[in-house]
Amino acid sequence: MVGEHNMRRVTAIKNGTVIDHIPSGQALKVLELLNLSGDTSVPVSLVMNVPSKKMGAKDIIKVEDRELTQSELDRLALVAPDSSIAIIRAYSVAEKLNVNLGDEVRNVVRCTFSNCITQNPREPLPHRLRVAKTAPLTLRCHYCERPQDLNKLIRNLI
Amino acid sequence: MKGLITMDDLTNEDIYNILADAERLLPVARGETYLPLLKGKILGNLFFEPSTRTRMSFETAMKRLGGDVVNLGDVKTSSVVKGETLFDTIQMVDGYTDIIAMRHPRQGAARYAQDAADVPILNGGDGAGHHPTQTMLDLFTIQQSHGSIEGLTVILAGDLRYGRTVHSLSHALARFGCRLIFASPELLRMPTEIVEDLRQHGADVTETEDLLGNINKADVVYMTRIQKERFADEDEYSKVAGAYKLHARDLDNAKSEMVILHPLPRVDEIHPSVDQTRHARYFEQAFNGVVARMALLCRLLGIEVPASIEGGDA
Repeated sequence: MVGEHNMRRVTAIKNGTVIDHIPSGQALKVLELLNLSGDTSVPVSLVMNVPSKKMGAKDIIKVEDRELTQSELDRLALVAPDSSIAIIRAYSVAEKLNVNLGDEVRNVVRCTFSNCITQNPREPLPHRLRVAKTAPLTLRCHYCERPQDLNKLIRNLI
Repeated sequence: MKGLITMDDLTNEDIYNILADAERLLPVARGETYLPLLKGKILGNLFFEPSTRTRMSFETAMKRLGGDVVNLGDVKTSSVVKGETLFDTIQMVDGYTDIIAMRHPRQGAARYAQDAADVPILNGGDGAGHHPTQTMLDLFTIQQSHGSIEGLTVILAGDLRYGRTVHSLSHALARFGCRLIFASPELLRMPTEIVEDLRQHGADVTETEDLLGNINKADVVYMTRIQKERFADEDEYSKVAGAYKLHARDLDNAKSEMVILHPLPRVDEIHPSVDQTRHARYFEQAFNGVVARMALLCRLLGIEVPASIEGGDA
């Protein structure tokens, strides 16, 4: 039982959020996306590059005592669109959530194009990236229309 | 439609209607008849980077139709130099005017301004992005020369990478089933995402470095300026740019009705000997900037152009 074995690499959590099926090596980016990489008062466990029947290899994150919101989870689609999310209450799965980007990513990341009007940090209108295609994920800036480099995008989190 | 930011803001039917309006407005643009359709309206000209033709033709278009114009003036002496955001500048001008024409060095600035403004924005160029009012006058000139904008073979030559006029124009021509030949040095090729977009929409696109060898196929040759600054050194520039210069002798095998357009200013990519040939249309094209912009101003301000205009022979 690959799954169970993996889950036991870190202890089961009582309350919180489990993000499973993150593409191998992307867990650190996910933490960054969810603002969990800096000083966070909740315990976070991270498992990277563990075998997965579905994906070959995957990463898993467990966040204790915090239920991530749907809008926080939607950011995940930028790096892990196929991940599965479980909200844990009293050691059991209370809710399963899906990652969903919708039509637009608003005020999550800044456009990666160096000559876009939104590069001026004092311009007050929201940063807006349109979802042009979901597979593979293609985002375009609402203003300059440039397609976004997803690897660079992760460094432009707001 | 609120403003005109990219050609996607216009349907093909809109384009045909605007071209027909422009045709009827020709005698007004020539000053042969006065038609104050835009009396009492004010255009705000916001040019954050240099422009001669676009700014002047907007101003002429507005005044020929009885409207008025306020200018941002020199950016160096305006509040922009004090660090004012585009958002704030637009808030102010939005209150002063009925419509805004703008050019800005940053890409996406026109869409941004439209989101910030209540009045319609006419995009007069945003970085290497779009220049749809230029495209409308280009289409008008092509229609004038060929009687149609459909199914033509068009060569776009020179700087296709940074030239925003060719970006907007190629999208529009593809919508009317034109065959596109992109002739440019390797360094200045049409951006991959634009070529992919065009092909995805079913456009027939050929990319080549050979301009002169393809001239005989063309109904329209659209020339653009290659800027020295794009190259690492002058030698590299001279080596490459020579292949994208037209001389009258290069046109011997051209179709008789082929026309040469250029958004101007030209430097030496079209030799003066071409001016005397039947193919040269770039000065008419520059004049057409006035009628095309007259038609667009009327359209965006919701003013109908009369079906028949006195003094008009169109």
